[in-house]
Amino acid sequence: MSENMSNTEETRAENELELREVAGLSQGQIVRKRFFRHKAAMISLIVLAAVILLAVTSIGWGPLPGWWKFGYKETGALTLPGGRPTLQLWGEGGFQIGDHPFGQDELGRDNFARVMRGIQTSLTVMFIVATVSTAIGILIGAIAGFFRGWLDTLLMRFTELFIVVPVLITGAVLGKLYGSPTPVILAIALGLLNWTGLARLVRAEFLSLREREFVEAARVAGASNTRIIFKHMLPNTIAVIIVNSTLMLSSAVLLETSLSYLGFGIQAPEVSLGNLISEYQSAFATRPWLFWWAGLFIVTIALCVNFIGDGLRDAFDPRQRRVPTVRALRKAELKAQLGAPEATPTGIAVDTLEADRPVVDRLESEGDSDGKDSKN
Amino acid sequence: MTSDNAQSHELTKNEPILEVNDLTVEFWVDGDWFTAAKDISYEVYPGEVLAIVGESGSGKTQSSMSLLGLLPPNGRSKGSAKLHGRELVGLSHSQLRHLRGNEMAVIFQEPMTAMNPVYTIGFQIIETLRTHTEMSPKQARARALELLTMVEIPNPEIALDKYPHQLSGGQRQRAMIAQALALNPKMLIADEPTTALDVTVQAEILKLMRDLRHKFESGIVLITHDMGVVADMADRILVMRNGEIVERGTSHEIFNNPQHPYTRQLLDAVPHLGQFTVNDVDPVVPVTYKDEDLVLDARDLVVEYPKRGRVPAVRAVDGISFNIARGEVVGLVGESGSGKTTVGRAAIGLLPVAGGSLKIDGVEMKGISSKNLLAVRNDVSIVFQDPGSSLNPRLPVGESIGEPLLLHKLAKGAGLQKRIEELLDQVELPRAMRNRYPHELSGGQRQRVGIARALSLSPKLLIADEPTSALDVSVQAKVLDLFLDLQREHGFACLFISHDLAVVEMLASRIAVMRHGKMAEFGTRKSVLENPVDDYTKRLLAAVPVPDPDAQQQRRLTRDKLFEQNA
Repeated sequence: MSENMSNTEETRAENELELREVAGLSQGQIVRKRFFRHKAAMISLIVLAAVILLAVTSIGWGPLPGWWKFGYKETGALTLPGGRPTLQLWGEGGFQIGDHPFGQDELGRDNFARVMRGIQTSLTVMFIVATVSTAIGILIGAIAGFFRGWLDTLLMRFTELFIVVPVLITGAVLGKLYGSPTPVILAIALGLLNWTGLARLVRAEFLSLREREFVEAARVAGASNTRIIFKHMLPNTIAVIIVNSTLMLSSAVLLETSLSYLGFGIQAPEVSLGNLISEYQSAFATRPWLFWWAGLFIVTIALCVNFIGDGLRDAFDPRQRRVPTVRALRKAELKAQLGAPEATPTGIAVDTLEADRPVVDRLESEGDSDGKDSKN
Repeated sequence: MTSDNAQSHELTKNEPILEVNDLTVEFWVDGDWFTAAKDISYEVYPGEVLAIVGESGSGKTQSSMSLLGLLPPNGRSKGSAKLHGRELVGLSHSQLRHLRGNEMAVIFQEPMTAMNPVYTIGFQIIETLRTHTEMSPKQARARALELLTMVEIPNPEIALDKYPHQLSGGQRQRAMIAQALALNPKMLIADEPTTALDVTVQAEILKLMRDLRHKFESGIVLITHDMGVVADMADRILVMRNGEIVERGTSHEIFNNPQHPYTRQLLDAVPHLGQFTVNDVDPVVPVTYKDEDLVLDARDLVVEYPKRGRVPAVRAVDGISFNIARGEVVGLVGESGSGKTTVGRAAIGLLPVAGGSLKIDGVEMKGISSKNLLAVRNDVSIVFQDPGSSLNPRLPVGESIGEPLLLHKLAKGAGLQKRIEELLDQVELPRAMRNRYPHELSGGQRQRVGIARALSLSPKLLIADEPTSALDVSVQAKVLDLFLDLQREHGFACLFISHDLAVVEMLASRIAVMRHGKMAEFGTRKSVLENPVDDYTKRLLAAVPVPDPDAQQQRRLTRDKLFEQNA
């Protein structure tokens, strides 16, 4: 009993504010909470999910059929002159989707189906590139950072070799050599070129982690090198890895787009967002919709993924403290005046609305200091 | 509680430099204001040292930093604080900037992080001078030199152009004091100025601060948790707990007649040097140990940090000999850089033995194979200094505790869980803690987890590498009690590494004193503490502050004499 007392005593002696901020939360929960608070990231997550859902369900995936009536290779008669989009937001007849909301190309193919297919291809490329390069990056970075010495030197020179090779040109050469590659092969090839940044980040992280005492503690406990790397050190670099991989996703979309635009990536009849744009850039003056819709989705996907990566970075950074806005400060003030959760001197927050404690009288005089603090 | 009006200090006749009235510091956390310090009131008079004492989290630092407007953006202060009649709370940034360094200055805890590593200390002092006064670079340099001479840095002309990392910890702290004093501030806030320093260096810095305060007639607010330092320096004392002042009074009142139970608890927690050795009786004939009784036997042990690139090998331990018998606790004392931690790491095979011989339970550690090392680590374990760093932040503590068992294939599944529960019970942590992550525990709890992990393999030898130096005094007392109990119960031998002689005295039957990689002295605690032979041991003993102002004054005189002799 008395020991229990002394334990609570000890807990209290710690910085209460800090404790309150982490009370009963695991690392994962904290990260999730902070991520959910990041508005741009949350919106992006929803938008990206919607885009993926739309792309997959509309024209189907592989053998699975979708709900959209046209395929992306089907040709047909032009519904409107010039293949103009049937999508109409206002005007005569009000809002209409029509048969070809995104319009049709010169062969009468449905642009909506083609854009959806393009999104599918681009997203596939994006995820494969990110997965392959993350795996290689982690492995090389972890080994170099953990073992140091000649292995580190060797691996880092090897990495530099890849850094000096321009990815775009290599991709183009590979594309030329092997004709028109399928999206999967192209993605793997790009993944094999794109891991250098992550490898260096993971190495740097490992170099600092291996000096931490818990790594020595694990070694004393009898852990093997493999166990130390994967069980003890890798989970501690997860923040760097997740953030970097997310940002790599968006760069992969753009990389695939640029390659296809240059005519070295995915070739017709396969469709990707990049080759849609490159194919229709000349039609920009006559059929701008063919260009615009593909471009819009590229921008949307790249932006969303970047915002999500940004949100993750903020969520994982423990040093980042939230600075309250003027509004948040006012709200807290109001809450305190209502007599609700009041910080007791012992720091245990009372979350119930027990208002038997009188409102602190000095609250009246805080008006000016309030504004000053929030500006910091 | 005694009121500070009633105190009879001679300096009360003067006007107070600093008057703090009902100062409240609050922090915005997740939509609520939390009080870090509540209704703090005190005065500081010229030439006086006011000590604010309390554990970490008691609000002592935040309440003092708020005077300078150095709160984090989610903090705010209310109430009143007057410096020479001028209100500090609610000042604009530019007004505060004028004040900082000029009229109030801060000596921070960790001089390595408080000084900018890319500028020379001279540059940083000159910067302070030229920001606030019209001074030519030449004049400022001359003044900086004067200041460095005043804080007794050896070779001030050379030190002026050195970078912080090129100076020792004590010299850095002196440089920081010089910077703080550059413009003769009326108020000096010293935030744990000696906590990061060795005992001998701490004694020197305290002496310097005492000398300077008479020279400058400025008021000093000393923030600390070390009662020994308080006894050495303070005229008046405030005891803070959970953001409130629980007791105030003169140094004598607090030490001789503490009123509040918390003050008493704080005073009791401080280990007093010499309280355990009094009743020791040394055997007339020195005990000799047979080889099979020794769990650790070092003979002319040499440990080197291997050379890396162009950095040559560093010989951290240079030919030391000592031993530990079964079930015995041996203390290893020395200042930082003396090689004491290196000995501990060599004993567990984290560093290779370069020369001499080191036998752990009869197994030679020099050139040991990794397979044999694993077997040795079955019998030896270590408690690290910093519990925050030695536990994997991504692993629940239960898993950390059970890992050695799992890896030595001694338990798994339900058996492992049961063993983890037993270990948690032993270190007196609730079993539910098993699923917590290290950052959710307090410092003391984390160190208990560290001890539980070290005990999981029922070691024959435990190496405790300054296990309590990162903890507050009162938490330290509890952890040490636990440690003593466990040692008695399990009967493991222990190498207890510490820089604190008072702590070592409490635990160890024999004490080894190291300096510059060599053994200065090794003997029973009575002989080392009461009849030290080596000069360094004598100085180390004299430097330990005692939490009693009168006794400390006495010690101070003898200590200063001793230091002068050695200088």
